[in-house]
Amino acid sequence: MSQLTKEIVTDPLVDNNPIVLQVLGICSALAVTSNLKTALLMSVAVIAVVSFSNLFVSLIRTQIPSSVRIIVQMTIIASLVIVVDQLLKAFAYETSKQLSVFVGLIITNCIVMGRAEAFAMKNPPFASFMDGLGNGLGYSLILILVGIVRELLGAGSLMGVTIFQTVNEGGWYVANGLMLLPPSAFFVIGLLIWALRTWKPVQQEAPDFKILPSHSEEGA
Amino acid sequence: MSGMRAFLDRLHPHFVKGGRFEKYYAIYEMVDTFLYTPSDVTTRAPHVRDALDVKRLMTYVVLATIPVILMSWYNTGYQANLAMTEMGVAETSGWRGAVIGMLNIGYSPDSVFAAMFHGFLYFLPIYIVTLAAGGICEVIFATVRGHEVNEGFLVTSMLYTLIMPPTIPLWQVALGIIFGVVIGKEVFGGTGKNFLNPALTGRAFLFFAYPAQISGDSVWTAVEGFSGATALSLSASGGVEAITASGVSWMNAFLGTIQGSLGETSALACLIGGVFLMYTGVANWRIVAGVMMGMVVTSTLLNLVGSDTNPMFAMPWYWHLVVGGFAFGMVFMATDPVSAAMTNLGRWYFGALIGFMVVLIRVVNPAFPEGMMLAILFANLFAPLIDYFVVKSNIKRRERRIQASVQ
Repeated sequence: MSQLTKEIVTDPLVDNNPIVLQVLGICSALAVTSNLKTALLMSVAVIAVVSFSNLFVSLIRTQIPSSVRIIVQMTIIASLVIVVDQLLKAFAYETSKQLSVFVGLIITNCIVMGRAEAFAMKNPPFASFMDGLGNGLGYSLILILVGIVRELLGAGSLMGVTIFQTVNEGGWYVANGLMLLPPSAFFVIGLLIWALRTWKPVQQEAPDFKILPSHSEEGA
Repeated sequence: MSGMRAFLDRLHPHFVKGGRFEKYYAIYEMVDTFLYTPSDVTTRAPHVRDALDVKRLMTYVVLATIPVILMSWYNTGYQANLAMTEMGVAETSGWRGAVIGMLNIGYSPDSVFAAMFHGFLYFLPIYIVTLAAGGICEVIFATVRGHEVNEGFLVTSMLYTLIMPPTIPLWQVALGIIFGVVIGKEVFGGTGKNFLNPALTGRAFLFFAYPAQISGDSVWTAVEGFSGATALSLSASGGVEAITASGVSWMNAFLGTIQGSLGETSALACLIGGVFLMYTGVANWRIVAGVMMGMVVTSTLLNLVGSDTNPMFAMPWYWHLVVGGFAFGMVFMATDPVSAAMTNLGRWYFGALIGFMVVLIRVVNPAFPEGMMLAILFANLFAPLIDYFVVKSNIKRRERRIQASVQ
């Protein structure tokens, strides 16, 4: 793998993460992360869709008339989502039922559409595929982290395996019910963004305005 | 006192820029301004000249909570002693039993002092944990971000303590106040920039995270194994009749000798504090009046609508006033100058929205018997929007006036 390809894949993981830097795909990140299993399955589904949609869009990018390109992209993405949905139902029926509509809603995930429009329309197929893979992985990374935090604190388990024995089962851990509710994903993602932007200050946005101090400098 | 001043002045050079303890300036500043009026004045516009600074404002709120605090000690102890007499328990175990036994105070529910002391022993640990956990967060943020440790936290910690049930585990108290201070306030830039009430944010966190320890029937009386529903949850199942059937008269609820969080039971104590706050101008009377009006109108409306299946529809406004956290929230939480609406007209809408929402949540929503906390947080979110529209309409009105005078 060349240096450039490597960069295409690794850049969306931390430096240009679709969720925590671009704040895309938040809706599904809230909905499917109450436990690690659904988060993992969703990750696999999104990685598959975004990589292959990038690949196919890039393959026909010179043939697509500019005026109808969004519709063509949507058709490709929708077809891929249907395939993924059917595959999940065939091989992971129970978990796919928990995911409910959110697999279908990958169609509307801004990350998929955004990468097709921003990258695949301008780049060759292999690079596009790699870009899709990288962005899917970046999305998955956050989903998995949030899933771990929420399931561990909310239910005391990971992948359904008990880690902290909860009080209800005679253990010591008092489960945090908030973590099982969707709003907690906001808090967890928010804290992740905070941590990441402290680690990499270059991701911080410039303030919209500056509040003047009420005292002159020498007085403070 | 001048010795103290001289001591602080001697320390001062070490804490300013270039000093040895430059990093800890926030802590020095906190102690200094706590003891003395700050000597610095504003040097940039707008030049507000008012003796009422944040410190005095916050001190007044703490003063206003004194009747509520005293009542919380009395009622918590009274409820516990009453329940113990009923259940035939002679004394409590643990350190509280040891302290009461050592001082030979006893557990008579008729003795005001015995009740207050017993209640105090529940209030104190919660308050200490709140101060320590929240205070550490405050100091860390102040030190890292270079702003001052604000007195707002004294108010937050006191209000937060008063809305806890007496039996709440102390680690949850710590977790709640940390959440309230960090997520509710500091991430937005500290006191003055928070759009939610930090004390209520902390309680809301506990309410959703650990509902078993902060709602239900067994957490309100500080006696192991005693189950006593709050007046509000009684009325959720059977209306006002269910409250009076349990032996609670309106007067009991007004004075505060009922089940509930530490400081929220006594409408009377809250109203005394409220009168003080409104008289001194710390709490804006428009907000209180708005809440009251919103509640009275909405509950009267629901009285008229009526319902065969939901007895809460028939609950009159004067019962809404005395049960649950309505009075406490109206006086101390809704009037928080930072998270409430800032325009005078906006304050009416803001208050009315709270009054409307609290009745709606209590009566129509079967999931939550108490609505005050959620109603205030909800209205907090709308406060900036309300202000925006009030300001916009003001600008429009003035524009029309200018145009009329030009023509």
